Amino acid sequence: METRNRGQGSVSSAPVGTESATARASKWEALANSPEFRQLITAKRNFIIPATIFFLVYYFALPLGNGLAPKLMNTKIIGNINLAYLFALSEFVMAWILAAIYIRRANRVFDPLAAAVRRLAARMGVGA
Amino acid sequence: MTTTLWITAVIVAITLGITIWAARQTRTTVQFYAAGRKIKGWQNGLAIAGDYMSAASFLGIAGLIAFNGYDGFMYSVGWLVAYLTVLLLIAEPIRNTGKYTMADVLAYRMSAGPVRSAAAISTLAVSGFYMIAQMVGAGSVLHLLVPGFSFKWAVVIVGILMIGYVVLGGMIATTWVQIVKATLLMAGAILLSILVLSHFGFSPLRFFDAIAKVIDPKSKLNFTQPGILYPHGKHVFLGPLTLDKSTIENVSLGMALIFGTAGLPHILMRFYTVPTARAARHSVGWAMGLIGAFYVMTTFLGFGAAVLVGKAKIGNTNLAAPKLAEFLGGGPNSFGGELLLGFISAVAFATILAVVAGLTLAASSAFAHDFWMNVVRGGKESESEQVTVARIAAVGVGIIAVLVAINLPTANAAVLVAVAFAVASSGNLPVILFTLFWKRFNTVGAVCGLIGGTAVSIFLVLIGPGLATVPAAHPAFALSNPGIVSIPLGFIFAIVGTYVGEALGGDRRAVAMYPEIEVRSQTGVGAEPSSVVEERIPAVV
Repeated sequence: METRNRGQGSVSSAPVGTESATARASKWEALANSPEFRQLITAKRNFIIPATIFFLVYYFALPLGNGLAPKLMNTKIIGNINLAYLFALSEFVMAWILAAIYIRRANRVFDPLAAAVRRLAARMGVGA
Repeated sequence: MTTTLWITAVIVAITLGITIWAARQTRTTVQFYAAGRKIKGWQNGLAIAGDYMSAASFLGIAGLIAFNGYDGFMYSVGWLVAYLTVLLLIAEPIRNTGKYTMADVLAYRMSAGPVRSAAAISTLAVSGFYMIAQMVGAGSVLHLLVPGFSFKWAVVIVGILMIGYVVLGGMIATTWVQIVKATLLMAGAILLSILVLSHFGFSPLRFFDAIAKVIDPKSKLNFTQPGILYPHGKHVFLGPLTLDKSTIENVSLGMALIFGTAGLPHILMRFYTVPTARAARHSVGWAMGLIGAFYVMTTFLGFGAAVLVGKAKIGNTNLAAPKLAEFLGGGPNSFGGELLLGFISAVAFATILAVVAGLTLAASSAFAHDFWMNVVRGGKESESEQVTVARIAAVGVGIIAVLVAINLPTANAAVLVAVAFAVASSGNLPVILFTLFWKRFNTVGAVCGLIGGTAVSIFLVLIGPGLATVPAAHPAFALSNPGIVSIPLGFIFAIVGTYVGEALGGDRRAVAMYPEIEVRSQTGVGAEPSSVVEERIPAVV
């Protein structure tokens, strides 16, 4: 099974410029421009880009806050537990929640859209 | 100390049993490199956690917190949040487009020879520094805990065991060794955390009251406050900017962790062991649950050691967790103390073995699959020859690592790991991201990014304050964490290289192949399947 010539193997043996490689590339380009694929990419982009920006901002707010506003971060919230520690702890909760939301969204929304593209690819005879 | 040896011997016997069982199922390349792509999502999650929670995190983090308080905990935070980069951007596309190594993804669009050679170099650099750090850690810990063991013998034993796991059992053995180790490590951390809390009537408030009483003599800060490891107030210049050094070091550390994890070859390789991108995604979810729970517990291990044992009695940073275990069991020379110390030391040893096995596999596949098979042999090599070359490479990598580690008994393990993360974040990650998401990216850009990012990050660590045993008063580069400089440079090398490549006449294949890699990486069209019932190839071993 694994000796089947997929992906890299078949690609590197067909230099760009030969007819077969051009035909092959145009098939993939058609698939990449298909409404099914664009719908998947739009859905993923609309989630992943804001999610990535969010977690980067949230994460770097901690070291920046600790460095630039040490007095604020040393504020005691409960007993001797300060804001710096609670913020650090909230990073774990943030990571878990964001991961759970992404996994749920991917299972329910992205996977069916990707499956539609795979069916289209099979109909077009691409990728086998 | 005989307790330690007995518990260690039992764990080693279990892992060797797994290896012998795995060896019988390791006949083809896909089994050797990727466990036949049949590992389940949750199993891979445990194995990722096992690969990731290295000696650096178990022994190192506990020590960093025990000695520096809050600043040490920042490592724990970064190490978990880093998995969001892996989950959102990297795991699924890697599973969909690659076969065995990181370079497979790059070689989809780029000329195989140059990018595979460059990627083999960066992979060997990352895995090599990481591996030597683990072995030096293993050697010094074993030597300190069991005085009869010399540092050299400890390193040699680790080397022989890891070569055995990888050569005989390949990825199947490595995966199961990781799973056993992750389970033991979690059990150990939970046990120690409960025992620490029991000293404070299970009240986190009383625990923190005690932490706030631990004062750093130099900065006069208490251990709940940031600024002990990377002190405030010292200013460094970045261009026209004057900024607080503590802030820059912490942001720079965070950048290396957040962007470096997604560029670690031994972690990326784990995504080839599962059947689908969906399973890869679920395995990251499992890994994040476990890794996060573990790093939250470093609060109890690290601060617990600071409060209950104290810096003076711990002595060596790497021994905070074992010394804490000894105290919690009832103190030195008590039965409970011996038993708990033995258990935790054995877990630390198993941790190191498992991580080193994963690294050896990543390094030997970079050599055998990327360099030997695809560059030297031009992709024409039989299944059995490739597995044989990979096995020989694993022996070679293991022997070299042992020889280097033996001669570096005083190397700082944390610095070596910092180099690994710097190379992974500055050399590997920009190139992986651009290959997947930037249409104009080409071979020249990929090679410039890999080589330039790797070189600049190693260079900055070498001239920085970290490597010298006695830190120089004015090192040529002021930061211990080079990420804030080297990561942007890694991206710039890749971008400039791409424009240079276009000026040199362009790379038509890299551009023409973009729609294909875009569709494949996001949908799994034509992704490598799990191996169906194997053809019976005679066993190599």
